[in-house]
Amino acid sequence: MWQFIVRRLLYSIVTLLILSATIFVIVRLTGDPVSLLAEAGARPEDLERIHRQWGLDRSWPVQYVSFLQNIVTGELGKSFNYRLPVSELYFQRLPNSLTLGLVATLISILVGVPAGIISAVKVNTWWDTIAKGVALLGLSIPGFWLGLVLILVFSVWLRWLPTSGAGDWRHVVMPSLALGWYFAASMLRLTRSSMLEVLGSEYIKLARLKGLPDVVVIAMHAFKNALIPVFTLAGVNMVVMVNAAVIIEVIFAWPGIGRLLYEGIFNRDFPLVQGVVVMAGFMIVGINLIVDILYAFIDPRIRLTR
Amino acid sequence: MAPHTPQRSARPGGAVARLDPVLRVSGLQTHFFTFGGTRVVRAVDDVSFTLHEGESLGLVGESGSGKTTTCLSIVGLLPRAARIVGGSVVFDGEDLTRKSQRELRLIRGRRIAMILQDPMASLNPLFTIFRQVAEPAFFHQHLRGRSLRERVQHLLRAVRIPSPEWRMREYPHQMSGGMRQRIVGAIALAGGPRLVIADEPTTNLDVTIQAQYLDLLKDIQRETGVALIFVTHNLGIVAKMCDRVAVMYAGKIVEQAPVRELFDAPKHPYTRALIGSVPKLGSKEPLYSIAGQPPNLADLPPGCHFHPRCPDVLPRCTTDEPRDFRLADGSVARCWLHG
Repeated sequence: MWQFIVRRLLYSIVTLLILSATIFVIVRLTGDPVSLLAEAGARPEDLERIHRQWGLDRSWPVQYVSFLQNIVTGELGKSFNYRLPVSELYFQRLPNSLTLGLVATLISILVGVPAGIISAVKVNTWWDTIAKGVALLGLSIPGFWLGLVLILVFSVWLRWLPTSGAGDWRHVVMPSLALGWYFAASMLRLTRSSMLEVLGSEYIKLARLKGLPDVVVIAMHAFKNALIPVFTLAGVNMVVMVNAAVIIEVIFAWPGIGRLLYEGIFNRDFPLVQGVVVMAGFMIVGINLIVDILYAFIDPRIRLTR
Repeated sequence: MAPHTPQRSARPGGAVARLDPVLRVSGLQTHFFTFGGTRVVRAVDDVSFTLHEGESLGLVGESGSGKTTTCLSIVGLLPRAARIVGGSVVFDGEDLTRKSQRELRLIRGRRIAMILQDPMASLNPLFTIFRQVAEPAFFHQHLRGRSLRERVQHLLRAVRIPSPEWRMREYPHQMSGGMRQRIVGAIALAGGPRLVIADEPTTNLDVTIQAQYLDLLKDIQRETGVALIFVTHNLGIVAKMCDRVAVMYAGKIVEQAPVRELFDAPKHPYTRALIGSVPKLGSKEPLYSIAGQPPNLADLPPGCHFHPRCPDVLPRCTTDEPRDFRLADGSVARCWLHG
């Protein structure tokens, strides 16, 4: 077990190095942040000074090494715009994003998984048709449009829920619905196809031949086998929802990480963008590790073959 | 057929058992309806046979001749597109085709068991052997705790799994193919069935393991008096395992006979062709193969379905469908040569 975890952690470090190098290059391709700041006719000496102040006068390798140092110290560099350590900004916003992401994940699982199971068990009936319709709508209706419709209906017409901002639970309802909607549809589709595959297997046939109640065949024999891909997707989805719910957070003025990232990109705030992306990378790696360890609990074959 | 009172017998092969069949399939018709019912495939068409306690029937035929569909019709686990449209399956005096899935569930795994083709795929990879063998006893006989554990160990010992108390904690992937198929055998025995249907149980096993497994099945049958339907396309296995043989072609049983009669004097040209296409040791003759292709079940030739491939075809074979003809030696052949 420990050997497995250590090996996974080593792989993770390589992944994160590649990720950090990629984002380092990509933000620098967006242009010079100083030019956004400076008014027309600013003196070249002043621009030079700001460059020096932000460390942008140094060569890329030197800048990259100092970026890595900043990751190791946990500070993630200082934001150009806020003049504060990125980690401070990030962890300030993290609770909000976690709330939104977790509620949306919960919605996507509670809607997607049962609907996917029903749709697979009742394949080619009207249950299945309804579920497939919901999945299609979920994947094709954009979140920002759904968000605007929700605001129109529940805030403007019915006046039940606040339009935007964060506060009590009522602020979470609409953004998490708008965010979880798409992911519920993707969970539904994956659960359905995974269940269909398992339900067609020989061991499910044998389970039925044993005369087991349908509930046991579906909920235990089939679902446990169908769970692994669903689990993986749920983990990755959650990280995406926590770190990159940019559009939904902007629409609902939700003070989360997605909006922080949005501002960072807008202002060419290199350390901020780099920091948020690297943190998302850490989270993906961490969640995947947890999911992998959970696999081993579900599937005895994984337990032995590592 | 003389009227008989339904009566259960405990003695395998006893006189009473001979009178009272475990299973009587009559005129069974199972069709597949595809493309919204516009295309009908007669997978099983007018199949009849009876099976007594302690007896084994071989169901032989090419792929797609309706062997597996016949078996699945008996246990009531047909695919969605298939439906029994005629005939009856009387098991222990009850017509299974009239039963609901709920009632059938109480029969499956307890009174009728089935062994599937692929031992590598028919055990659930995520559950221990104990759990999978225990399930029928848990749900049907309501055994719990120690008596359940003892029951599982007894079953594993019956299929010759060494040190069952230890192996039952393992998972399927830790076992060989032969071992897994024996586990499937133990699951089949778990409910104490009267009828076991074995659908090509040895096709996916090594040849050396095959013989072992067949011996095991034979021994178990001798001990328990269970009736056995043995689906296979291997005539050697039929000769070894079965008392009677039914040869299927295009959804129909074309010949049914005691095993000796079938091999010594096959009546139907298709049976003759099947036996002729088995390679013989030391023979210099080229291997016989049946001309033509098996027919499309959705578009069968008129008359006898075998006539386009039949070496002994008569004029009437192309227009009139033959019925079953009973012959003196106990065989039944569906062929105009005997009409």
